[in-house]
Amino acid sequence: MQADPGLVGKRPQFADRAFRVAALASGLSVLAVLALIAVSMAQKAWPAFRASGLDFVTSSRWAPNLEIFGALAFIAGTLLVSVIALVFAVPVSIGIALFLSELASRRLRRPVIYLIDLLAAVPSVVFGLWGLLVLAPSIGGFYQAVGGWLEPVPVLGTVFGPPYNGKSLFTAGLILALMITPIITSITREVFDTVPAGQKEAAFALSATRWEMIRGAIFPHSRSGMIGAVMLGLGRAMGETIAAALVIGSSPQLTARLFGSGDAMAAVIANQFGEAGGLHRSALIGLGVVLFAMTIVVNAVARTIVGRAPTVTRGGR
Amino acid sequence: MHRSTSRFVKPFALALTLAVGAVACGDSTDTAEEPSSGGATRTEGTLSGTLNGSGATFPKPFYEEVIAAYKEQQPGVTVNYAGGGSGTGRQNLQDGVVDFAGSDGLVKAEDVSKYKGGEFLYVPTITAPITVSYNLTGVQDLVLDGDTIAKIFQREIKQWDDAAIKALNPGATLPATPITVAHRSDGSGTTENFTKYLVAAAPDTWKLKSGSTVEWPADTQAGNGNQGVSQVVKSTAGAIGYVDLSDAKASGLQFASIKNKAGKAVKPTLEATSAALEGVVVADDLTYNPLNAGGDRSYPIAAPTWILVYKTQTDKVKGEALKSFLTFMLGEGQDLATDVDYAKLPDSLRQKALAQVAKISLPA
Repeated sequence: MQADPGLVGKRPQFADRAFRVAALASGLSVLAVLALIAVSMAQKAWPAFRASGLDFVTSSRWAPNLEIFGALAFIAGTLLVSVIALVFAVPVSIGIALFLSELASRRLRRPVIYLIDLLAAVPSVVFGLWGLLVLAPSIGGFYQAVGGWLEPVPVLGTVFGPPYNGKSLFTAGLILALMITPIITSITREVFDTVPAGQKEAAFALSATRWEMIRGAIFPHSRSGMIGAVMLGLGRAMGETIAAALVIGSSPQLTARLFGSGDAMAAVIANQFGEAGGLHRSALIGLGVVLFAMTIVVNAVARTIVGRAPTVTRGGR
Repeated sequence: MHRSTSRFVKPFALALTLAVGAVACGDSTDTAEEPSSGGATRTEGTLSGTLNGSGATFPKPFYEEVIAAYKEQQPGVTVNYAGGGSGTGRQNLQDGVVDFAGSDGLVKAEDVSKYKGGEFLYVPTITAPITVSYNLTGVQDLVLDGDTIAKIFQREIKQWDDAAIKALNPGATLPATPITVAHRSDGSGTTENFTKYLVAAAPDTWKLKSGSTVEWPADTQAGNGNQGVSQVVKSTAGAIGYVDLSDAKASGLQFASIKNKAGKAVKPTLEATSAALEGVVVADDLTYNPLNAGGDRSYPIAAPTWILVYKTQTDKVKGEALKSFLTFMLGEGQDLATDVDYAKLPDSLRQKALAQVAKISLPA
């Protein structure tokens, strides 16, 4: 708080105070916007919440024309698809990031980084259309093969069993994985680059192999940054709308069959909002409220994990 | 694309604009006194202003044609139609953020009082058939009836060689192909009209009721928009889906003849759709239900659509432009319908619609 006397101008008090107020206002505006969004959405969704009660989140029957609104299938769908996306995207992204920061030659590094950043800039509808027109029509056969192969296995036989739809939860998960890979990659790469060279060299000096160096020096140092990157990716996956809407199959059913069609909250809102009126409209806004709450919960959980991360091997003391 | 038609209709257009002017102004003033941009324009461009509309996407291609043709006549008036869906259009009109709304459905009784601008009018504009399109090689002229369609879309009939389909198509050799049902993934006026038809034509069989989104059985396929459903039907052997005529034609799909109320199998043509409207009972507010209409020549799955406007306009310039635009749509605009695979309103209904537009009142 104490200003360096050598740098103080004529009226330091005023400048300092103005800056403090401006910064505080900026900070608070974020909170205000969030609060306003939450309040106005909850208010518009209220009629649907009141009509459906707890069924809104515990029932999976969604029949807008009968004014029955149960969003459980969509909540489950959103989570399933996001998890599938993370399962595929996280290892690949970390692999790419490690490759770029530790293994790639200088000549290769630049173009690959450039391409990955470019991938992050592709609009989601492009991924969605590619999924709809290219991936979905051709992947059914692959699903069938996997399903046939896993059939004798007790649980997996059901999860990966029929129906084998091109447009399915799994396809949506794959498309989302593609979309979040560049985000996770970019951030983890930046984080890996901040690992002090001294720590890496210290690991090598203790005759660690490259893998041991990565495990012992890079990962512990980057842990919170990696989790942050994954959470950002998860946030995009949960909220992704149009790409999911195009390839998820749009069927409001509670299912663990990943190759069958399902639906996700954001996709339902996009699909049904235009023609919705009255209670249906407020139920769709209610889906938005649930999604909003879920995002906050997921972020809070992530914060807790990051907070608990051991700081032992971090730089400094 | 279809702009060339306007060359032929231009003389009529001029005559009509004058007529519109007379109707639009009713008691008070003359349209010509509105100072307008170009001094060289004779009867053209006497009106000005911007009209914003949103709503039903089903009639949007037709509205866009009409807007383009209208622009040639009244360069001073800009009309925007944003689409967005019937529900969105109705909500926007309710909140007073648009000047007119397109809607495939009617406003619910409990919502009528929420409309900020007071009383509103239904202006019927156009109609179009919804086809039952299918993908079955070797079966040319499939005939279906309401009951069978209901059973197919409820997954009670799962194979093409089912006895019920056979009975309707005695001459055809139906394969044992499994049926894939395709429906809309997005909420849609097309779904609403299609399901309303099934409620009317197969009241005992159809259990899903009607609505812009209904509870389709789980083992069905969904596609986004008419194009999405077309794509599913086109790419899946044995598929069946409901698609509006222009998209079914654009995708090269084949579609079934439907047995109407009179028991005649009718193909989804524009003539058969207009025919369906002729015998329909039109209520005083010009709402009507063309689904499952009587008459030998009627195609039973015709989708109605309306433009909703406030009866009492608050802005004179805008109100005049709105009346002129709607009159144009119901006049020569109707001739643009066939180009984009929509059916004109029959003359009787068209006259009623024009009378409805004349009811719009402007501030002095």
